[in-house]
Amino acid sequence: MSESEPNLLYSDIEQELRAGVRELLAARCPWQSVLGRVENDAAEVTDLALWRELAAMGVAGLPIAEELGGAGATWRESSMVAEELGRAVAPVPFLGSAVLAASALTAVDADEEVRSLVSDLAEGRRTATLAVPLSTAPGSAFPALVRAGDRTLTGTVPGVVDALNADVLVVPAVGADGPGLHLVAAEETVRTPVVSLDLTRPLTEVRLAGAPAVAVASGDRAVGAVESALVAGAALLSAEQLGVAEWALRTTVDHLKERTQFGRPLGSFQALKHRLADLWVSISQARAVVRNAAGAVASGSPDAPLAAALAQAFVSGVAVTAAEEAVQMHGGIGFTWEHPVHLYLKRAKSASIALGTADRHRGRIAELVDLPPAP
Amino acid sequence: MTTTNGAPPDAADLRKRVADLVAAHDPATTEQTEFLAARFDAGLAWVHFPPGAGGLGAPRALQTVVDAEFERLGSVPTHRDGLSIGLGMAAPTIVAFGTEQQRRRFLKPLYTGEEVWCQLFSEPGAGSDLAAVGTRAVRDGDSWVVDGQKVWTSMAHRARWAILLARTDPDVPKHRGLTYFVCDMTAPGVDVRPLRQLTGEAEFNEVYLDGVRLPDSLRLGEVGAGWKVAQTTLMNERVSIGGRPEPREGGLVGVVSELWRTRPELRTRGLHEELLKLWVAAEAARLTKERLRQQMAVGQPGPEGSAAKLSFAELNQRISGLELELLGTEGLAYDDWTFRRPEGQDPLRRGAGFHYLRTRGNSIEGGTSEILRTIIAERVLGLPAEPRVDKNVAWKDLPR
Ligand SMILES: Cc1cc2nc3c(=O)[nH]c(=O)nc-3n(C[C@H](O)[C@H](O)[C@H](O)COP(=O)(O)OP(=O)(O)OC[C@H]3O[C@@H](n4cnc5c(N)ncnc54)[C@H](O)[C@@H]3O)c2cc1C
Repeated sequence: MSESEPNLLYSDIEQELRAGVRELLAARCPWQSVLGRVENDAAEVTDLALWRELAAMGVAGLPIAEELGGAGATWRESSMVAEELGRAVAPVPFLGSAVLAASALTAVDADEEVRSLVSDLAEGRRTATLAVPLSTAPGSAFPALVRAGDRTLTGTVPGVVDALNADVLVVPAVGADGPGLHLVAAEETVRTPVVSLDLTRPLTEVRLAGAPAVAVASGDRAVGAVESALVAGAALLSAEQLGVAEWALRTTVDHLKERTQFGRPLGSFQALKHRLADLWVSISQARAVVRNAAGAVASGSPDAPLAAALAQAFVSGVAVTAAEEAVQMHGGIGFTWEHPVHLYLKRAKSASIALGTADRHRGRIAELVDLPPAP
Repeated sequence: MTTTNGAPPDAADLRKRVADLVAAHDPATTEQTEFLAARFDAGLAWVHFPPGAGGLGAPRALQTVVDAEFERLGSVPTHRDGLSIGLGMAAPTIVAFGTEQQRRRFLKPLYTGEEVWCQLFSEPGAGSDLAAVGTRAVRDGDSWVVDGQKVWTSMAHRARWAILLARTDPDVPKHRGLTYFVCDMTAPGVDVRPLRQLTGEAEFNEVYLDGVRLPDSLRLGEVGAGWKVAQTTLMNERVSIGGRPEPREGGLVGVVSELWRTRPELRTRGLHEELLKLWVAAEAARLTKERLRQQMAVGQPGPEGSAAKLSFAELNQRISGLELELLGTEGLAYDDWTFRRPEGQDPLRRGAGFHYLRTRGNSIEGGTSEILRTIIAERVLGLPAEPRVDKNVAWKDLPR
């Protein structure tokens, strides 16, 4: 390996972990059961029992130190797990709890309360999330939707991911002395489910009306913690998008080998073959980009914001195209509720807006590599 | 040339061999050809080639170790113009199919750059459908007599040798009647004529073969097995593109990014968006290449190699289009229409118009993007093949 480039491959340990996660998801989270859950109440979409099983395998606490109950691995391994969760459109609070909240909390000075929360998150005993609109991009201004008073918070945050079933909210808020990061017991807030485009990833509006809060960071520390959570979030979300894209390509290829029209398997028609070849090319590129982002976030490299922005700017488009092409090439079946492809389309398109659109990320890249806009 | 116990050398062993070679031939003072000859003799040209053929029979993955070690010790390979067909295509084919004698004759001067190679494959009637070639080779005692016309042959005007695909049996289906030769470009009857390209210059040529006599010792592989031999060449052609790691903004995207930074008066909002999209795509393509390199280094090459050429072609075309638009009035001018050979010039240093025109060739040369897509769809994704109308028809009966 050259020293400046992160390792873009998967380690043997990662591949073993992947096999374990995939096996568990195949048994516990087939698409039929995902489809079944999204037809239920909003509160029952998220599969907390599955999340606890995944946590028992170490999935929830991969980048968290062993003394805090984590697996003492890195964001690289988490990223690989995210691929599998994407491939299964698994309705678990990975993004909110294991990525956004965990990342924000490991970036603040850990007092007793934070340490116990982090180890609970790692072991799947409790879940948490970062109370920002899911569309917030890294590099944005510090979220100012919530005002901090004297140990209380007031304000409304729309579109929070994984909040409905969370035990704790990590809330950025602005008070008299500037930005701060606070912990709030979720039951002290009013949570209203949003009917979300991505059925498998419920969003919630969170209202705080003088909710009791514990400050865990202030000033630059709070700003840095939120930013690093968003950067890690963007990097990890790209891995999930890769999993979505791989599922879409694989499923479509399998279908086109089987289905016959005009006396030939559809997959022998060049008009379709070439589109699938293009998808495969983009997905191999997406894999390199995802690994690069995971490696940069894992090592705390100064390149991490750029690598994460690159990942979202590139991979989110690949996932959307893969899902859209999958619907098209499945024809009428692909347009039905009973075929799982719509779950992936909704996941892909929503994820392309979550944590910043590709356009936002390209804007960020422009700042980071000095390609300024026209006046 | 192997280690004393006959086992292939490992990484530490190779590093020592590199160090010994550099100690004996100081790269700073040794003439390049001489240095490369020594490197070939030491088996450090292509470590996976057999001893005597510039290699040591080591695992292919260890080549990166050798390259890195040479670089560390001050032997940076310089840009050797015009050698890519020899190095990337002829050499692996000769190693795979050549006789001991052919390996001994051809590989060393090919490696040192003393002998340039070209590829006499394409014909006016056989491009994408390469197996349709009609250039005839007829046996006459101990030699073959070749007649036909090749086209778009890069480097033919500088080449000492060529790899040649010719038809030796018109009465069997097209893939089965071909034979592969090494063609002596100095033989009587070889006529190379410059073919002017849309860029104005002539990188490639028409090659007329008129009663060219080639000894049977220049045949590579069995009579009638030419298609199989050519497959090895074509596979290596695709893999040889995209081998070297690149820094960020290494290619054309760097040229355009620098233009953007240094010429604020050229910036517009729409072009900014396009530039950023291409910057992202170029970085993704670069990282994919880097990932492929890392895979090769641990000995697990993936199919990503075939994707590299395809994405590189498209990307370069879009970037060069943007470069022209960005330049506006300056983009309306062209740097040089002189009809001449392009020898020794770094194409990145040519003007934007040249970049735009030359990159049109990227999606045609070495297999078109359409053909590559079909290969990916069938060989990587396993989709069913197109129906074949020419499968069991003798070549002479095919519609032309
Ligand atoms: C700069 C340059 C350098 C070259 N150097 C060499 C060289 O050194 N030696 C050499 O032998 N050749 C060389 N070539 C030739 C090159 O390999 C051929 O031009 C190429 O393989 C395409 O063949 P063709 O030109 O006959 O196009 P055609 O095969 O006629 O194709 C025309 C168009 O139809 C498409 N097409 C063809 N078949 C199919 C199909 N089955 N499905 C879908 N689309 C299809 C093609 O993609 C292309 O878009 C060079 C070409 C260029 C541009």
